[in-house]
Amino acid sequence: MDHPIVTVLIAMLGGAIRVSTPFMFVALGETLTEKSGRINLGLEGTLVLGAMVAYATSYLSGNPWLGVLAAGGAGVILGGLHGYICKLPKVNDIAVGIAFMSFGTGLAFFFGKPFIQPSAPHLDSIHLGDWTGNPALAQALEVNPLFFVGIGLAIAMAWALKNTKWGLIVRMAGDSAAAAKAMGVSVDLVRFLATAAGGFMAGIGGAFLSLYYPGIWNQGLSSGQGLMAVALVIFARWDPIRCIIAALLFGAAGAIGPSLQAIGITQGYYFFNAAPYILTLVIMILSAGSKGAAREAPGELSITK
Amino acid sequence: MTAETADAAIPARRASNVKALRLAETVAIPVGAMVASAVAFSIFLLIIGKDPVQFWQLVWTGGFGSSFSIQNSLQRAAPLILTGLAFAIPARIGLTMIGGEGALVLGGFSAAAIAIPLVTNAVPVWITLPVMALSGMAAGGLWLGVVGWLRHARGVNETISSLLMSYIAIAIMNFFVEGALRDPASANKPSTMPIGDAYRIGSIPGTDVHWGFAAGIVLAVVLWVLMSRTTFGFAARMTGGNARAAKAQGLPVGALMVVCCVIAGACAGLAGFFEVTAIHGQANASLVAGYGFTGILVSFLARHNPLTVVPMAILFGAIAAAGGVVQRRMGMPDATVLVLQGILFVVLLVSETFYGRFKIFQPGNTGDRV
Repeated sequence: MDHPIVTVLIAMLGGAIRVSTPFMFVALGETLTEKSGRINLGLEGTLVLGAMVAYATSYLSGNPWLGVLAAGGAGVILGGLHGYICKLPKVNDIAVGIAFMSFGTGLAFFFGKPFIQPSAPHLDSIHLGDWTGNPALAQALEVNPLFFVGIGLAIAMAWALKNTKWGLIVRMAGDSAAAAKAMGVSVDLVRFLATAAGGFMAGIGGAFLSLYYPGIWNQGLSSGQGLMAVALVIFARWDPIRCIIAALLFGAAGAIGPSLQAIGITQGYYFFNAAPYILTLVIMILSAGSKGAAREAPGELSITK
Repeated sequence: MTAETADAAIPARRASNVKALRLAETVAIPVGAMVASAVAFSIFLLIIGKDPVQFWQLVWTGGFGSSFSIQNSLQRAAPLILTGLAFAIPARIGLTMIGGEGALVLGGFSAAAIAIPLVTNAVPVWITLPVMALSGMAAGGLWLGVVGWLRHARGVNETISSLLMSYIAIAIMNFFVEGALRDPASANKPSTMPIGDAYRIGSIPGTDVHWGFAAGIVLAVVLWVLMSRTTFGFAARMTGGNARAAKAQGLPVGALMVVCCVIAGACAGLAGFFEVTAIHGQANASLVAGYGFTGILVSFLARHNPLTVVPMAILFGAIAAAGGVVQRRMGMPDATVLVLQGILFVVLLVSETFYGRFKIFQPGNTGDRV
């Protein structure tokens, strides 16, 4: 069991479980938003602000779960603002997303300054691997409850989008605004709510970053994970279940660098750190031209036009 | 009388009138957005218990108050002009490319890297500097050119891909700066070999402002001419207006997109070259200073007009220059400038919705059109 490859694989498994959760939440939030026909590129800012708010709340209140909730609240505010602004005529949702990326990050850095030093109480994990008797595997299988919340959310969302009236309304707003309007549905309201809910999820993803893994708050915490998650949604073709699989894949890719370092391979550390970005780009290139993606994309989405 | 018959009746007078009104609108709305965001930021300062009056005074004195601070502002404006152009040119053809940061970093890095053999072999300055500049522009141009090509050939969304490319560019620089090209003397901050004082580009005579500022202005004028006075620019703007119609007219839409992206990358790469040769003297993590991202905002404020990019870049150069003073005197974190920029960015985009909504900017007799 001490073979280096096994060590790397175990570390990648652990990495996939640990690193994937923020991807999962942001991707699920973005899926909901995009299903309603709007794109929110600003979730990177939401993720960073959520991380800061969660850390600060956990530090000040002593309760990390309160931090998770507060992060969701911050996400709702940013998402709601985005949703409201985009309903104004002539306003481009992609540009607003870029603005919110910098606005959210700026707010987080501004208010987060005093919280870089102190250490806040973290979220506890569930030990699933103690029976294996292998310390590395046991460590890899320490799973945060939010991981399961994310999976549950994905299943619930997939079911609700397919089988409920609300799901139908969201999909209708995303596929044909004209049809939704004809049915008497307020497209703007649906998109506003979908963007706010998407922001809530992305905020929780941020809470995971600062309260569990890596479990610190600093300005380099996210570095594009929110944006990668947005790209991941295209790869997952707007399917919540596929978002989970894609997030796990991304988590594993992100863990390559650190796990190689763990067995002493430090050569190319920076190169492997770039692996998730390269993977995202490759995936975008492969999925962008595919007929499947074109078929399954919400019809009203500006990003696929 | 309908608007159409009015148009036909007095075409010449109306044409100039319409143009003037449109110009007034494009000036008034961004200026209004700036004022509104200044008010919003002042309220933000009041909420957190700081004095807005003191803040704006410090921004003024720190940005334009003395000859030193003006030169400091212009110095900081130099990369912003170039990264602003890097966003503006693709924006004219309808691309939202936010990869200027990566092209700047990669351009600066490749300029510093190509300088190593040249400087070691004591190649004359007048050869070395142009080679470095070309190398920076080529690297940046190639980097964003790929983004444009992917967009055209595979339909890959350029906004996401260009930002991913930025992260990859930074990783590439770190990879070399921490490894093969690391100067052993750079202990705490891994860097490439310093190019040495002899190879540093000087200041514009009579000032402390480096030549990047002049280069930015020249490029802004050249690109303005290109975009508004040439067939290429017309084709590009037409594509930006309606890509499908442009294609139907037989315009080489893909090639136009790639060329615009290459121009953008070359601008940002040139900014990286100036950062290396005028400011840092070597390539290291200091190149990742956010100029690429501020350039996006500069370009939006300038409504993607290359000429207007220059004053907007100076404005943001001044805000950045004043940032240090604000930090020290008011005890505010360095992210203050980011919050101000974020608010301005959001308000500016909201202001887009007001185009065509104010009656005073509409030509006469068209009250029914509004």
